[in-house]
Amino acid sequence: MTRRWTRKDLLGLRELPAEEINFVLETADAFKQVGTREIKKVPALRGKTLMNFFVEPSTRTRTSFELAALLRHGSAGAPQFLANRLKASVINAGDGAHEHPTQALLDLYTIREKRGQIAGLHVAIVGDILFSRVARSNIFGLLKLGARVTLVGPSTLVPREFEKLGVEVSHKIDEVLPKADVVNLLRIQHERQRREYFPGIGEYIRFFGLTKERAKLLKADCLIMHPGPINRGVEIDSEVADGLHSVILDQVTNGLAVRMAVLYLCGGISS
Amino acid sequence: MRRDLLVSTTIIRNGRVIDPANRRDEISDLFIVGGKIVGSKFAIRSPQSEIEEIDATGLIVAPGLIDIHVHLREPGFSHKETIESGARAAAAGGFTTIVCMPNTSPVPDNAGTIAWIKDRASAIGCVNVLPTGAISKNLAGEELAPIGSLAQAGVVAITDDGHCIQNHEVMRRAVEYARMVGVPVLDHCQDYNLVGNGVVHEGYWSTLLGLPSWPAAGEEAIVMRNVLLAELCDHPIHCQHVSAAGSVRLIREARGRGVKISGEVCPHHVALTDEAIQNFDTNCKVNPPLRSRTDVDALLDGIADGTLSILCSDHAPHADFEKEVEFDVAPFGMIGLETELGLFIDLLVHKHGRIDIVRLIEMYSVEPARLLKLDSGSLSTGARADVTLIDSGLEWTVRVDQFQSASRNSPFDGWKLKGRAVRTIVGGKTVWKL
Repeated sequence: MTRRWTRKDLLGLRELPAEEINFVLETADAFKQVGTREIKKVPALRGKTLMNFFVEPSTRTRTSFELAALLRHGSAGAPQFLANRLKASVINAGDGAHEHPTQALLDLYTIREKRGQIAGLHVAIVGDILFSRVARSNIFGLLKLGARVTLVGPSTLVPREFEKLGVEVSHKIDEVLPKADVVNLLRIQHERQRREYFPGIGEYIRFFGLTKERAKLLKADCLIMHPGPINRGVEIDSEVADGLHSVILDQVTNGLAVRMAVLYLCGGISS
Repeated sequence: MRRDLLVSTTIIRNGRVIDPANRRDEISDLFIVGGKIVGSKFAIRSPQSEIEEIDATGLIVAPGLIDIHVHLREPGFSHKETIESGARAAAAGGFTTIVCMPNTSPVPDNAGTIAWIKDRASAIGCVNVLPTGAISKNLAGEELAPIGSLAQAGVVAITDDGHCIQNHEVMRRAVEYARMVGVPVLDHCQDYNLVGNGVVHEGYWSTLLGLPSWPAAGEEAIVMRNVLLAELCDHPIHCQHVSAAGSVRLIREARGRGVKISGEVCPHHVALTDEAIQNFDTNCKVNPPLRSRTDVDALLDGIADGTLSILCSDHAPHADFEKEVEFDVAPFGMIGLETELGLFIDLLVHKHGRIDIVRLIEMYSVEPARLLKLDSGSLSTGARADVTLIDSGLEWTVRVDQFQSASRNSPFDGWKLKGRAVRTIVGGKTVWKL
């Protein structure tokens, strides 16, 4: 089922067939145990020059990439622009509202780790879908691996157009939560509020926040995920973020393994 | 015969003369003497050696084509295009007359800038360059430009193209004033609130790619506004580069009631859909954006039933270094003068069969001449001899590196097209031939 990795770049999950996504996840298995060692290093990329190219401010992804040559940019398509002009590998660390493939890969890895497989699971992605690159990469990856995906949020941030991507759209979180195997909550961007995409944080919490009370609707084995940083008390209550369903800290740990795998695979090609 | 009485004589032999203004479509010779179209009996007085003969066997002999929507970028942005390079591109595309838009620097919101453009164009002496004037001072959409003085300086229309007057009251007064001085109004139809920071059509591809987008309603809202104001003021408003199905529907309904509203179509809006943006090619970033298949089909219907009566390019040159940036940062626009005729013949006549070549020529001659009240667009006896020879069956490949334009921002490089101009004659003089 696996095949050799032949890509110079990782630009997005839309272009990646299921077997290549699985190949990255399997490669990440090997790196996962590296993260448990005293010295969290492998010699695979020794001697290579890697460049951090963060055009958009971010601290988190930079930390888990550590050695990375990668691009984060506010404009959709910027990594493709760079990849077309460079011999070196380009790894997309988030471009505008387009894709964030390593985040989606670590989300997939975490689901697969906790639930054995992804096919057949029902994943709800909740929040600001319209402006989210994490949502898009997750949608592409989850659908390719056979999950059922429901997007949840206000109609202004989850337009019906998304149904054409092969997902379901719901504006009623209480109807979705009891059926979901995974609930991935996205950060609500406060600046959107000024543009009148929804009436305010209070109303958002009332209709879409994963409160303690709403968490009672969840299946016992439902996974709660969040790409961080969390707005505690907005998209998710603290008790739920830190509760039994939550795999948010596993996502952080798995992020290191998945990103090491991506660097290993793409770095090997560019040499 | 005394030599000083001799005037240049050209005979275009044996072509298919298509002259929609005179309902003429026949295999015939066309006679040009002293830069004007003449009847056959006047043409034979010159000695044989003084007559230029052009064999047009198998070719269409059409009135010189008119493109009413061209950005020449001069004054102010001559690194993109100059009046000269733009005029040569027009000639190479088969156009004898082009109408240039006012988003230059300085803006032609004053008679002096209009005079400068006209002087430059006449010094170059390639094709006819007809300037438009701004509707509002500095295209700001707030105060009216001196529309009367602009009309006296010779503008053929007023427009804030590239911008759209958002204040309906300002637009209303502009149209009323334009009626008094007798110039039509051209409008780039966009509601800025609905457009926002959008750079592509709001639909499937914007959803997939996460690019900032705006809905067709952003154009349709202003088309509707223009229908109402054309009716209120009883004066022509022409909607530029119509891209949306709803705009076609609004214009169709209004024209059916006799409202003085019209619309034009650019080749890229029927040759491409928003699917073309999927690789973030900034040459496909245009304003209004490439839209959905539904919109393209509606444009084709509008062309077929006469709702959309004028074809044009919205030729919008940009330098490589300006286009070679992130998609959302790149400037809008693509060049079109040297591909539009080929694309439209290929798509409208050959591929889709929506109009015949006679109507296509009419949409490039009679229709724009009527809108702008130009003394061109026909092969009538006595008319200035602006003539385009077209080979409607010629297969050719677009090569941007062979363009006359100073810019290269076209997504059509490498496209194989059927049909193109092979000779362009302005005032009896060949300004370009293949």
